Amino acid sequence: MQDFRHPTESAPVNMDTFLLGIWEENPVFVMLLGMCPVLAVTNSVLNAITMGLATTFVMLCSSALVSSLRHHIPKQVRIATYIVIIATFVTVVDYVIQAISLELYRSLGAFIQLIVVNCMILGRAESYASRHGVVSSMVNSLGVGVGFTIALLCLGSVRELLGNGSLLGFAIFGEGFQPWVIMILPPGGFFVLAGWLLLFSWMKQRDARRAQQEEVLHGA
Amino acid sequence: MSDEAQNSALAQPSSVSLVGTLSTVAMISGFLVVLVYQITLPAITANKKEALERAIFSLLRSGDRRENYRVGKDGLTRVEGDDGSAGRHVYAGYNDDNQFVGLAIEAAAPGYQDVVRVLYGYAPECQCITGIYVLESKETPGLGDKVETDESFLENFRALDGQLNADMTVLANDIRTVKHGSKKNPWEIDAISGATVTSKAIGRMLNDSAKLMFPVVQLHRAQLEERR
Repeated sequence: MQDFRHPTESAPVNMDTFLLGIWEENPVFVMLLGMCPVLAVTNSVLNAITMGLATTFVMLCSSALVSSLRHHIPKQVRIATYIVIIATFVTVVDYVIQAISLELYRSLGAFIQLIVVNCMILGRAESYASRHGVVSSMVNSLGVGVGFTIALLCLGSVRELLGNGSLLGFAIFGEGFQPWVIMILPPGGFFVLAGWLLLFSWMKQRDARRAQQEEVLHGA
Repeated sequence: MSDEAQNSALAQPSSVSLVGTLSTVAMISGFLVVLVYQITLPAITANKKEALERAIFSLLRSGDRRENYRVGKDGLTRVEGDDGSAGRHVYAGYNDDNQFVGLAIEAAAPGYQDVVRVLYGYAPECQCITGIYVLESKETPGLGDKVETDESFLENFRALDGQLNADMTVLANDIRTVKHGSKKNPWEIDAISGATVTSKAIGRMLNDSAKLMFPVVQLHRAQLEERR
């Protein structure tokens, strides 16, 4: 029996495996993956949290399963297999959310089912889980999931605050506040995402510039 | 043999193993889905029932004193419990003295995103709609979903006129949604500005349902008022 082992397989699991997905490889702000739910369901904080947690759960479970089956899945049918696995956990989440609260299920609409086609999850399965051990894959997926949830929260809180004057349904501004309705409509999603991306790339550039300056100093 | 040729020869598993892998994974998936479905089913059914109960209660204030009827070709038929049978269901509510107070009726129409389903209260006494409760809607949060919460919009349905004509067969006036701020008659619904499509969907569904149901209800009013 041949060995499908990948060279990175023996890499140790450490804090970086987890943190990578939150900051350096944040799926939304750095890799720009999974934009459909990012733009569509971030119109309120509650929706953003639920969507983030649901996606994290699906990613965590599918990564674990993909990783544990990685030596048995032939290369030719791997994508089909991953999709079946991901779809299974999405269906599970779908039922669980309906069981927890119909209100919540109603507000997320079709986007729960659409987690299946989130390229971020397939990407995790293909580029990480199929090449690493179960523990490492789960830690990594959890990191990316938390990064995704934080990103959704960033968008959701800004949009709910500006578009509805509230956070988690509680009014923040007084009666006189005129809600900026466009923020909870689709264009608002693009505006707020653009704002966050601007902030992130500005921070990245600043860091790069500082590193360069330091290098020059050390060189001199 | 070059490395490349060797690799491609190695990486060519038989179709049996390909089909086998997919079937095994599909079987694991099927098992998981069925398992979770079985576990969550009672909770989901209970949630749906509770939502309906809440809706009926908020419209009729009748607690558990109610009868379920099905509207079919043969008029109104009483059904025991929620038997899930096909057809339109109406729920008749009674007060503490077993007096008939009104009906809760379901209506639906496509809104801005998807079908909007509401339950509305109907008082045969005044021939008017006495309230609505949104059961299902995927309308835009902050705009379309205001039909569930906007006080001044819901005020439309405190006593929305649904008078039938003299021989009790058709509505005297069609229920319709008018532009925000231009409501003049008791059978008109004042739309929410910014949520016109959803407001209109509500008007449309109430009108369609009223046309169909009100004559039947008025015809069988005696049957409804006599609680068994």
